[in-house]
Amino acid sequence: MYKIESKNVNLFYGDHHALKDISLQMKANTVTALIGPSGCGKSTYLRLLNRMNDLIDNVRIEGEVLIDNKDIYARGIKIDELRKKVGMVFQKPNPFPKTIYENVAYGLRVNGVSNKNYIEERVTRSLQNAALWEEVKDKLKKSAFELSGGQQQRLCIARALAIEPSILLMDEPASALDPLSTAKIEELIYELKDKYTIVIVTHNMQQAARVSDRTAFFYLGELIEFNDTKEIFTNPNNQRTQNYITGRFG
Amino acid sequence: MNKRIKQQIAFWVLRIMSSLVVLFLVLILGFIITKGIGVISWKFLTTMPENGMTEGGIYPAIVGTFCLVGGSMLFAFPIGVMSGIFIHEYAPNGFFKRFVQLMTNNLAGVPSIVFGLFGMSLFVNKLHFGDSILAGSLTLGLLVLPVVIRVTEEALKSVSDSFRLASYGLGANKLQTIWRVVLPIATPNIITGLILSIGRVSGETAPILFTVAAYYLPKLPTSIYDQVMALPYHLYVLSTSGTDIKASRDMAYGTALVLVMIVLLANLLANALRKYLGKKVKMN
Repeated sequence: MYKIESKNVNLFYGDHHALKDISLQMKANTVTALIGPSGCGKSTYLRLLNRMNDLIDNVRIEGEVLIDNKDIYARGIKIDELRKKVGMVFQKPNPFPKTIYENVAYGLRVNGVSNKNYIEERVTRSLQNAALWEEVKDKLKKSAFELSGGQQQRLCIARALAIEPSILLMDEPASALDPLSTAKIEELIYELKDKYTIVIVTHNMQQAARVSDRTAFFYLGELIEFNDTKEIFTNPNNQRTQNYITGRFG
Repeated sequence: MNKRIKQQIAFWVLRIMSSLVVLFLVLILGFIITKGIGVISWKFLTTMPENGMTEGGIYPAIVGTFCLVGGSMLFAFPIGVMSGIFIHEYAPNGFFKRFVQLMTNNLAGVPSIVFGLFGMSLFVNKLHFGDSILAGSLTLGLLVLPVVIRVTEEALKSVSDSFRLASYGLGANKLQTIWRVVLPIATPNIITGLILSIGRVSGETAPILFTVAAYYLPKLPTSIYDQVMALPYHLYVLSTSGTDIKASRDMAYGTALVLVMIVLLANLLANALRKYLGKKVKMN
């Protein structure tokens, strides 16, 4: 059984056919990297999985997207419930202009949790899981804006973890960070794999090779190749994949 | 001409132009202060006008202006802010939204005397509020409504979408996102707009002319159906149609000074509040 499965998904922005007949399966507790040149549809595919594309006007979606074997585009699906289960981390660190504590607690509060002790416990646990606790435990009441970019991104990860999702979507989570912070995020992804199913969009080939179990190569809205990461990077089946990962275009 | 000289010339032209702006502002302020400071006293601020408005104070006009500012804000602020939120956050892009925005902009361009006439015919006559604080406040409120709406829209527009996305991504709905994330960030700018519109309201004469302003009424209002004196109208009366224009000339400058000070204070307060709230929002 797959954790995430898309069957013949087509997505249109108005007249633009952005995703063409995409079928993909991801197992629980694996890391799947989505790679490909800009505009290839990888971020669009990522946002399909927590219905973030719904926020854009004129989007039309065909096909099925199953999470835990349930079609997330079926009638009667509650989007807030879905997004509780499918956390997201964005390209640029985007903590709220609130304290570090309130940033992490936000997801709990908007989902109706009011038990103070429970919130405190979740905040602590999430910051620990995001490998940020040691750096911020003495300044939880300070503004999140006082943190460095790398710390802010780990705070955003903690914020996503606080509502206990089972899937974590990451849209180029390290592209705005320096190499040291990037290494920390990658290490974190590796650790989080135990508990979460992770889908990561990245422009960085080495990163995809380092952190992921499976890699999907997108090109012009099509899924060109999907295989074990090792296979993709050592022995790609498709010439276009070969060209892309060796840097001949992209 | 080489490009360094060109740059020097452009720089000096810009510098002179901006200095001119400051110069005129300082001139006006200096003029009013030197002419008006002589009559300013505690008595001037806290007593009724006497002797055909050539002596005594302007207390009722100050109170009246505060009543009108408060009343109009009570009316314009909630409606304006909520409209702004609706237009920017809820209304789908399309004909209706563009229509509302067009209308708001047009409303902002309507001369204030027209608001005065409208207020008189609707609030004073049709709704039988009479010449009253209520009618005057509603008229002034209508006048600044487009300003408040625009300010709210601009404030919301300046809130980065990345905050909205982060909030939705955590399972928040639209109302929660607006209430807990967007509005706290936009509040400093909205407040600034509010206070700037206070400056506008306190200085307007035409809208209150037919709806509330009293020529001479040396007592304080007891209900919202009372007439009041107001600073801008009092200034107008003293300088054009008072009982003795020459004798009340100093009183007029004093009134002008008080009015300018109120507006100036409102603006300073707006700045201070924006800075304070801007800091505070990062801490919450």
